[in-house]
Amino acid sequence: MKHVISMLMENESGALSRVAGLFSARGYNIHALTVAPTEDESLSRLTLVTSGTDQQIEQIVKHLNRLIDVVKVLDLTEGSHIERELMLIKLSATGEMREEFKRLADIFRGDIVDVTSTTYTIQMVGESKKLDAFIQTIDAGLILETVRSGTVGVMRGEKCLHL
Amino acid sequence: MEMTGAQIFVKYLEDEGVEHIWGYPGGAVLPIYDALDTDAQKLNHILVRHEQAAVHAADGYARSTGKPGVVLVTSGPGATNAVTGIATAYMDSIPMVCITGQVPTALIGLDAFQEIDTVGITRPIVKHNFLVKDVSELAITLKKAFHLATTGRPGPVVVDIPKDVQNAKSTYEYPQEVEMRSYLPVTKGHSGQIKKAVELMLSAKRPILYTGGGVVLGDASEELTQLARKLGYPITNTLMGLGSYPADDKQFVGMLGMHGTYEANLSMHHSDVIIAIGARFDDRVTGNLEKFCPDAKIIHVDIDPASISKNVIVDVPIVGPVKQVLTEMLSILDKTEQKPDEKALAEWWEQIEQWRSTNCLRYDTLGAKIKPQAAVEALWEVTNGDAYVASDVGQHQMYAAQYYRFNKPRRWLNSGGLGTMGFGLPAAMGAQMAHPDATVVCVTGEGSIQMNIQELSTCMQYGLPVKVVCLNNGFLGMVRQWQEFFYERRYSMSYMDSLPDFVKLAEAYGHVGMRIEDPKRLKEQLADAFSDKYKDRFVFIDIITDQQENVYPMIPAGAGLNEMILV
Repeated sequence: MKHVISMLMENESGALSRVAGLFSARGYNIHALTVAPTEDESLSRLTLVTSGTDQQIEQIVKHLNRLIDVVKVLDLTEGSHIERELMLIKLSATGEMREEFKRLADIFRGDIVDVTSTTYTIQMVGESKKLDAFIQTIDAGLILETVRSGTVGVMRGEKCLHL
Repeated sequence: MEMTGAQIFVKYLEDEGVEHIWGYPGGAVLPIYDALDTDAQKLNHILVRHEQAAVHAADGYARSTGKPGVVLVTSGPGATNAVTGIATAYMDSIPMVCITGQVPTALIGLDAFQEIDTVGITRPIVKHNFLVKDVSELAITLKKAFHLATTGRPGPVVVDIPKDVQNAKSTYEYPQEVEMRSYLPVTKGHSGQIKKAVELMLSAKRPILYTGGGVVLGDASEELTQLARKLGYPITNTLMGLGSYPADDKQFVGMLGMHGTYEANLSMHHSDVIIAIGARFDDRVTGNLEKFCPDAKIIHVDIDPASISKNVIVDVPIVGPVKQVLTEMLSILDKTEQKPDEKALAEWWEQIEQWRSTNCLRYDTLGAKIKPQAAVEALWEVTNGDAYVASDVGQHQMYAAQYYRFNKPRRWLNSGGLGTMGFGLPAAMGAQMAHPDATVVCVTGEGSIQMNIQELSTCMQYGLPVKVVCLNNGFLGMVRQWQEFFYERRYSMSYMDSLPDFVKLAEAYGHVGMRIEDPKRLKEQLADAFSDKYKDRFVFIDIITDQQENVYPMIPAGAGLNEMILV
């Protein structure tokens, strides 16, 4: 099963490679990974999407906790949570496709954020599944470039990942 | 007062109470070596002949004392040579701080002479590592390194110090305290779980205590012994746990696992409750996991939560220091009305004694060649079973584990996790440095000893009276054994041709060399080597042993604990 694991780490050089190294050394999957500083500049927040049996996920969480630079770990999938991912997708948009892509972007609540005479770049935010669905609706031959941020997420309600 | 980084380093180690530091100089640590010359008052530096040996020596010191081992090596090849030693310590959770020199910060990343990404290379084999970029951070970083290495589940910590940081100046004050928000090792096991565990262990009909290196590392041997005696249950030790319970005691059923005793493995297999303490269900212990202890409920005490339910799902997990958990178990046992099931226990012991009566460690004593088992048994006799025994890796390691009955913890020093050949001699040096008056032995083979043979020179320089017992069968014995069993006796590259004359080699280094070939004279000659005559001498005892001997019992890979080859 897919799990979204979020953690606070010391904002130190090498912290990311400790997490990435753990996953490669122990043969765990990383489907997506994203990391950026938080409002507390001594901390970074890293979110990763992985999959495995319950036992594997338990081991992953234990091993993450064991890393000295990792301050706190939360498996968002354990509770009710919100996941979001940002995508920028550049499409070859000519002729009647210009109107078609505009309509599709509206349906998926995406924004066209860059336009040339032959291309559109659409920005879209949502759960990963929604972004997948949007890509499915486009003729693959017309996709020039796709970039996705990887999933970020928070718990719903008052539950937080903080110190 | 302002001091250079190098001076701060030396002062810090002295303030930390470090007695010995093993190392090898080089360009990127010259400022520290200079400070050792000018500033060190109590700190004793031991010059080895290869960085790997420095790490193993510090490791042997740590294993035999419980104090952290400290190593100092230069950048680049100094650090990479240390890697095997660091990985060895990591796999066995040995407290260690390894300081590596680094090229000046301005040159990092420019492929400078003797530059290597030490933090990157050692990352998977350390508990943690640091690159010190500012001299003002040096003392606190060293404090963190010692704190991390010695608390929780111990392990090696690397501190990489660029040369310009060693030369830069800063004020120094010994940091008394260190706080790390991301590192809070457990200091106490969960009381509810401990209570549950005691209830479960008292309800057992076929219980067994399965205990490992964690008991040695956690200095909980006394508490473990009390618990075992109070319960009257059989107890088995892992390879790493030997000595944590007296091997001569009748409740001890021997080591378990691939080369464990028949009675230990069958008691595990048929048990209904396993009390695992400071052990990690290693593949060499469990055999085939699908066949592992089908009827057992498992209690597992370990300081590292990641060790629990890693290989085997357990029923009552307890995360905590073994000493504290065992103490709490003992106090519950004192108060509870519930008692072990005496009738079931008597039947269980009857069964175990029957298994024990197969005498699985017997061997042929009539041959014309010295049996390696006999050599270890003779060693036990001439040292009164009270030596510090370091071993290398292979058949001799298993013979030492099986036949040298360890009655005290921290006497058995071996690379259990990584299985590093070349560990024995330097580890023995470390133990000897820590216990100058004790008998320290390195049980080795003619293959392993050659992996750090250069340390004969270090032993001469520091007058270390280590005794090397080399079980010389002219084969990489364990490789040969597997080739005999599983590769149709194709002895590919396992024969050690062109061996040196070890007696002459020892003499060339200024030591005493002996050769023992006649089984009838084994004990007498060995006793001579360990007599007062050579009390202050390093003696290399080359024992020519039977080439065809194998280590039994054995559980072949993929088999269950109940599927042993006996002879």
